[in-house]
Amino acid sequence: MAKEDTPLDQGVFDSTLEAELAKGTDRRVAEGRARSAAVRAFRAANPEEAAKHEAAGAKPAAAAAAAGAGAPAAAAAAPAAAPAGAPVAVAAASVTTPVREAPLPTGNVPTPKKGAEDKHRLLALVPPEGIQRVEREQGDRVNVWPHLLIEEFVAMFILLAGLTLFSTFINAPLRELANPNLTPNPSKAPWYFLGLQELLRYFHPMVAGITIPTFILIGLAAVPYVDRNPSNKPGDRKIAITLMTILFMFGGVLTIIGSFFRGPGYNWVWPWAQGVFFEL
Amino acid sequence: MKLKPPSPGDLGDRIRETEVWKSIFRPGSIFRKGYKDTSRDRALATMNNVLYHLHPVKVKRHGLKLTYTFCLGGLSFFLFILLTITGIFLMFFYRPTADIGGAQAFADMQSIRTSVFFGDLVRNLHRWGAHLMVFSVTLHMARVFYTGSYKPPREFNWVVGVILLFLTLGLSFTGYLLPWDQLAIWAVTVGTSLAGYSPFIAKQANFLLLGGVVVGPETLLRWYTLHVIGLPFVLVLFLAVHFWRIRKDGGISGPL
Repeated sequence: MAKEDTPLDQGVFDSTLEAELAKGTDRRVAEGRARSAAVRAFRAANPEEAAKHEAAGAKPAAAAAAAGAGAPAAAAAAPAAAPAGAPVAVAAASVTTPVREAPLPTGNVPTPKKGAEDKHRLLALVPPEGIQRVEREQGDRVNVWPHLLIEEFVAMFILLAGLTLFSTFINAPLRELANPNLTPNPSKAPWYFLGLQELLRYFHPMVAGITIPTFILIGLAAVPYVDRNPSNKPGDRKIAITLMTILFMFGGVLTIIGSFFRGPGYNWVWPWAQGVFFEL
Repeated sequence: MKLKPPSPGDLGDRIRETEVWKSIFRPGSIFRKGYKDTSRDRALATMNNVLYHLHPVKVKRHGLKLTYTFCLGGLSFFLFILLTITGIFLMFFYRPTADIGGAQAFADMQSIRTSVFFGDLVRNLHRWGAHLMVFSVTLHMARVFYTGSYKPPREFNWVVGVILLFLTLGLSFTGYLLPWDQLAIWAVTVGTSLAGYSPFIAKQANFLLLGGVVVGPETLLRWYTLHVIGLPFVLVLFLAVHFWRIRKDGGISGPL
């Protein structure tokens, strides 16, 4: 709405401007504040006149919009396209001198001119709720190169050097040719299965060899789905840590017993007395 | 006019300015001329390298703490690479046949130890590396458990990890038979005898594993194929998922 046309209470305007300027407010800001106070005062004092003025302001704008549409047919179509037309009228009402005049929507799909180039325009409308604002703390972060990669390289080379040294001086075992008719005593599985072989002493082979390993594997895979405790702190996870430690201890103890405390006939031996019956 | 030969440093600079050199080393490479130790070039060094791009550009500082990860996952992967390289070397000198009257596999093992150049060292590396990998993968699992790193959104990656542990054990066990000595076939006989106790499918499971009723030449060929191509293929697939999920689930170690 143009400033000049709005009726206002001159007395309120002057007093407010004076008060604002006395406070040390910038003149432009002070004038704005005074004007808004004056307009509000005028509207409060004589509501009828203010409403009349509003309607008068809206009329010529609506007429201009209708004229802009051109044909009377289009003007008749305007109510049909009410949802689109209404905002146009509101917008026009607030601008006395329209900067640009656009025809009202006709509702007809435009057809390209004959021989015109085939063009496509795509306008994407994004609802405001589709725009996400992601806020994350940067945290204390360091560059992977060089900090992490150097660490990885050092670890890798230490491992490689250690393994090479070990392999230079200690030979992997190679016994005599396989003989299916000559069972060595004791016969042991590779070390990582010796825990299971040890279980064979106490359980039926189906339990020790099939049921328990299957349970352990499925149980391990199910850990994150069973343990729904969101905390990472050891203090909050006493049950989980205790159970897993017990599992690891059982595995470790059984493997050590199977490896070092079992001799000929898979009977108990003391490794320091009867010797070690274990090969990698 | 007298041409002066360029100094080695000058020559190096000239080579690094050639189109060929620049086409190989992408911007940010430390081998490229003009690498500056700035945040930008450090980021590019990670992003523009085929190996390093597995990593994000930045990690949380506490992820560097050695006592948090102990590098166990990375070292397990490194051991897998080492075992692949040494394994390929050993394949040149090994035939997985053990017919009656002449066990070629065992003869090849002996010749690897005695007549192949570095054969003994490479076989030792392969064998000890394999045992170490079983150990490091197990420790890696323990570490991940104790730091609670399997919690959402990482649940599925833990499951993939359990599969990888199982595959590691399978690879180690299938490799155990290949020397075809007394240690190998009897360890495998003991280990596979358990399959004969599986419910309902005891006979079939046993036959599937052994290619026969007892450990024999068919078992050797079967386990060799699994060891050198079958299981590594499956393992690499799961490894790819494992690494991909590490990135997607928020990077190495530490809560999100």
